[in-house]
Amino acid sequence: MLRKVVARLVTGLLVLWLAASAAFITIHALPGRIEDILAGDLSYPGLRDAIAAQWGLNHSLLWQYGQFVLRLARGDLGTSFVLQQPVGAVIGSQLWPTIELAGSAGILAVLLALGVATATAGAVGRGAWAARIASVLELVFTSTPVFWGGLLLLIVFSFHWRLFPVSGAAGWRALVLPAVTLALPTAGMLSQVMREALEAAFERPFVTTVRARGLSETGLRVGHLLRHALLPVLTLGGWLIGGLLGGAVITEKLFGRPGLGSITLDAVTSQDVPVVLAVVLLAAFVHVVISTALDIAYLFIDPRLRSQ
Amino acid sequence: MSDISVSAAPALTGRLADAARRRLARVPVPVLLSSAFLALLAFAVALPHAVTPYDPLLSEVAHAMQPPDATHWFGTDRIGRDVLARVVYGARYSLLIGLASMLVSLLIGLVIGLTAGLGRRVVDEAASRVFDVLSAFPPVLLSLFVVSFLGQGIINIAVAVGIAGIPKFGRVLRAQTLVVRRADYVTHAVIFGLSRRAVFWRHVLPNVLAAVPVIATIDVGSAIIAVAGLSFLGLGPQPPTPEWGVMLAEGRDVLRVAWWPSVFPGLAITLTVMAFTTIGKYLSRIYGVRTR
Repeated sequence: MLRKVVARLVTGLLVLWLAASAAFITIHALPGRIEDILAGDLSYPGLRDAIAAQWGLNHSLLWQYGQFVLRLARGDLGTSFVLQQPVGAVIGSQLWPTIELAGSAGILAVLLALGVATATAGAVGRGAWAARIASVLELVFTSTPVFWGGLLLLIVFSFHWRLFPVSGAAGWRALVLPAVTLALPTAGMLSQVMREALEAAFERPFVTTVRARGLSETGLRVGHLLRHALLPVLTLGGWLIGGLLGGAVITEKLFGRPGLGSITLDAVTSQDVPVVLAVVLLAAFVHVVISTALDIAYLFIDPRLRSQ
Repeated sequence: MSDISVSAAPALTGRLADAARRRLARVPVPVLLSSAFLALLAFAVALPHAVTPYDPLLSEVAHAMQPPDATHWFGTDRIGRDVLARVVYGARYSLLIGLASMLVSLLIGLVIGLTAGLGRRVVDEAASRVFDVLSAFPPVLLSLFVVSFLGQGIINIAVAVGIAGIPKFGRVLRAQTLVVRRADYVTHAVIFGLSRRAVFWRHVLPNVLAAVPVIATIDVGSAIIAVAGLSFLGLGPQPPTPEWGVMLAEGRDVLRVAWWPSVFPGLAITLTVMAFTTIGKYLSRIYGVRTR
């Protein structure tokens, strides 16, 4: 058990290190001088020298690489030469709205998917229609891009019924539509996977045993089968985080919300590579940390994995 | 002789038609509807002017912002362009960029997947780490990262989305290669003394490629969504190009007064993705191809 946990942690660290190295190699493999790449569309006296000093461009490539990795390991994300600010400060000021959005969308998606999957899986007879409808809805939601789903919600709830603000980030009302927008495609995908897991669980002998003990159908679903539905969520955890973070960029743009999305888009259009690099590496960091934690949690939840 | 063939011909074609009809009857209705929709879309890509009489770029300011009616089925946009015409001509951009980005993921994923599946353990491990690293970055952000280097534009977003899709294809094709490599027919070919090269070209590659159409059909939908997303963010084709993502971004600006410029291009994306997913899932079920 302990060995497995340690092995998983080592793999996680390895992937992080490789991700940082890949970013370093990408920057160096690009045609053109590194000073020009990092400066973006900006130019002022002394800029190239400042960049050369920070990235150690006068030293050997190996030294630059070592310094780059050490800098990241210390949590120093460098300087945005376009914004003339430390990248850490730029990102830090906009981190909370994105966490708020991605977090609430993630929780909403898991709850929605759990509800739909446990209510409709394994249904027979008249209940089978519910499963049918659920699977059509799942297909519709997974096929709907967030930037269109959000527009539809805006048309109905902001412009027609005037229930929620059109844009901004003031108060919980401004969070509702973006969070729902981001949650729906994710929920569709999760619900599909959960229902498959539940359908498989229904075939197991323990279901007969539990029913024979006289437990109600709801008791069976909530008390026994829910655990089976949660397992695929854990294996999909990394995908979920990636999807939410990426989707947050588009959702923030659509609803005019502040956050990492607007910083990233500004950075992409002004070719502010240090900021884009930092956001991408931060996302990879969050992704790896969470999927590592979930894989370890998996070992604790599913006793079958421990003994192997 | 000629008598027989003449009298037999109608019976034979009749029987073939029967067989075809029976086979078609077994295909679920959603799959048939999806195929019909995609056929329509292919027609719009090839001959958009045969589908709509309007010019997608021609603006008639006098008729701006008209809701859907008998002359303009999908209404007109802010500068009086026909929304239906823009959706029809937009199929070219959205579908073709999506397909191109899928091809990028497919080709690179195939090369890495084959190398991993056929190579030594070290090579396989290295390839798996490549996939791990690529999938550690959220796809949208990885695409943005690539665009920040390459710059904006149609080809660049196709490449950017394609790179983000490499691990998905690579992993499935690696697994497929491992299965094929250990299959009996490959072992037999080796025992019969075929050269490694011949075994690869005649047995391994065709059987690995057999899985490609199914995976490609399922995944082209997410490529189309990703490409339209980057266009929506303003990083792909620029206005006045009638691309679906660009149209949605333009529609957002007039949402307060008009719903139609934002509803129809999005509907086109969603229906297209639903059609590809439905057909892809059906194919993977009947051919027993694992897609995850």
